[in-house]
Amino acid sequence: MTQHVDLLIIGAGPAGMAAALAAAPSAISIAIIDDNPLPGGQIWRDGPQARLSASARQMRARLQRHGNIQLHSASKVVAFAGTKRLLLENAEEGWVLAYDKLIVCTGARELLLPFPGWSLPGVTGAGALQALIKGGLPVAGERIVIAGSGPLLLAAAATAKKNGAEVVRIAEQASLGDVARFGAGLWRWPNKMIQALDLASGVYRTSAHVLAASGVDRLEAVRVQLGDRVHEIACDRLACGFGLVPNVEIATALGCRIEHRAIFVDQWQASSVADHYAAGECSGFGGSELALVEGRIAGLAALGQRAQARKLWPERKHWQNFADRLNRAFALNPALKKLAKPDTLVCRCEDVPYAELANHSSWTAAKLNTRCGMGACQGRICATAGQTLLGWEPPQLRPPFSPARIATLACLDEDVA
Amino acid sequence: MPELSIDGQPFRFAQGTTVAAALMSSGDRCSRTSVSGQRRAPLCGMGICQECRVNIDGLRRLACQTICREGMQVQTRS
Repeated sequence: MTQHVDLLIIGAGPAGMAAALAAAPSAISIAIIDDNPLPGGQIWRDGPQARLSASARQMRARLQRHGNIQLHSASKVVAFAGTKRLLLENAEEGWVLAYDKLIVCTGARELLLPFPGWSLPGVTGAGALQALIKGGLPVAGERIVIAGSGPLLLAAAATAKKNGAEVVRIAEQASLGDVARFGAGLWRWPNKMIQALDLASGVYRTSAHVLAASGVDRLEAVRVQLGDRVHEIACDRLACGFGLVPNVEIATALGCRIEHRAIFVDQWQASSVADHYAAGECSGFGGSELALVEGRIAGLAALGQRAQARKLWPERKHWQNFADRLNRAFALNPALKKLAKPDTLVCRCEDVPYAELANHSSWTAAKLNTRCGMGACQGRICATAGQTLLGWEPPQLRPPFSPARIATLACLDEDVA
Repeated sequence: MPELSIDGQPFRFAQGTTVAAALMSSGDRCSRTSVSGQRRAPLCGMGICQECRVNIDGLRRLACQTICREGMQVQTRS
C-alpha cells in the first residue's frame, strides 16, 4: 500500500503543526506523522493531570478542520523505501508514503548523562518527569529532587508542585552569575520572565549537580554537590536532565548536513538536501515560540511562498536572540563528564559499564567490542552521552530507525514489486 | 473507573493515563528486566530510551506513548 502526498511533515509538535497550518490554505495534500498518541509534541501534552493552553487547543482544532491535512498519530518512521519514500508503522500496520517535499520537525530529547545509580527505578529525566506526571503519574506527598540544567528544571518543578509533590531541591549546574545574567536580560521576552520567577524559590541552587543516586531496589537518596559541599538528600524521585539534544537521526540518514549537533538550515529553513526542510528544536533549540515561527516559515517556503515567509524573519530573529542567550547561560560544566564511575552503566540497553567503553578510541571501536549502542534505543541515549563524555562522534543511524515488526519490513518488498 | 491488567494484577486508571504512568504506580513500578537482570522503570518519558518497552496485548509497545484502554493486558516480564 503506497500513498503519495505533496508535503510530508515528521513531527506534530509546535513546529510541525505550524508548518502544516501555514501550508494548508494552498490546498496541497499534507500528511503529518507523529509518534505520540496526540499532536502537541513534548511541550503541549494533556492528560489526567494536565490541561492544554488555549492557543495549543486552538491549533489542534485548526488541524482537524483542514480536509487536506491527514494526521497519523502513534506512527513512526521505520526506514526509507527509495527516494522520497518512507516506510511507516503504527500499532496496526506498516505502509509506504511517498512525498514531494518533506519538513523534518523531530524536536529534541533530553541530554541524559550517566552517574552512579542512574538506572535505579525512581530516576527519570527532568522533562520526563513532567511528561509522566501530565500522563497521570501520581506524585502527591513524594519528595523530589530535580537536577541538571536549564529552564526545563523549573517547568518540571512547577508541574510536580502543582500535583502535590514536595520539591526538596533544584540543583542547577550553571553558576549563579550565568543564571543571573540570563534572568536580567529577560525583560525583552516578557512571557519568559514570568516563568523565571520561580528562580527565587528557596530550594533552587546554582553551581550544584548530582553526584550519585542510591537505594536497594529503587531510589532512596541522592548525593548532590552544592558549591564546595556535598549533601545527601533522602527522596522518592530524582528528575535529572542536562538540557536538550536535537533529534537529528532521520535527517542525518537522509543526508542533511548537521552543524553544532543540529540540522543545518538556511534562512528558508531549507536543509542541505533539496526539497527537505527542518524547523523547531531539531534545527537548534529555542523553545516553542521559535519553533512556531520556524514551522510557519518552512511551510510557506516549501510551497514557494517566499514573500510571505520573509515577513516572518524579524519574529524568528527575536526568538533566536532569546535562544542564543539561553544556550550561553546553561553551557555544561566539564565536571559533569566525570560523574560516571568505572562500573556505572552507560549503555542501558546492553548494560555496558563506563570502564569497558573508556578503553576504546572511538564510538565504532567501542560498539564492535562491547555491544554498546546496539540495543533497542540504537544509541540514542548512550551515543549521545558518549559524545558529551568522551568527545566521540555518534554513528549515522541505519534503518530500521526504531524497533519494527517483520510484517512492516515486508512492505518494502511489496512496494518494489 | 476502567481497568487493565499489569502482569496479571488489575489496575484502575483515569481516562487519558499513559501505560508508563500506570506502570510507575503499580506493582514493583517497573517496566522491564535488563539483560543483566536489573529491573528498570521508564526513563525519558518521550519515546526515546526504550526502557518502558512492554508487551501489550501481544505486541511490543512503548508504555510512554500508549494510552491505557479498558481490558489491556500489559506484561513487563516477557
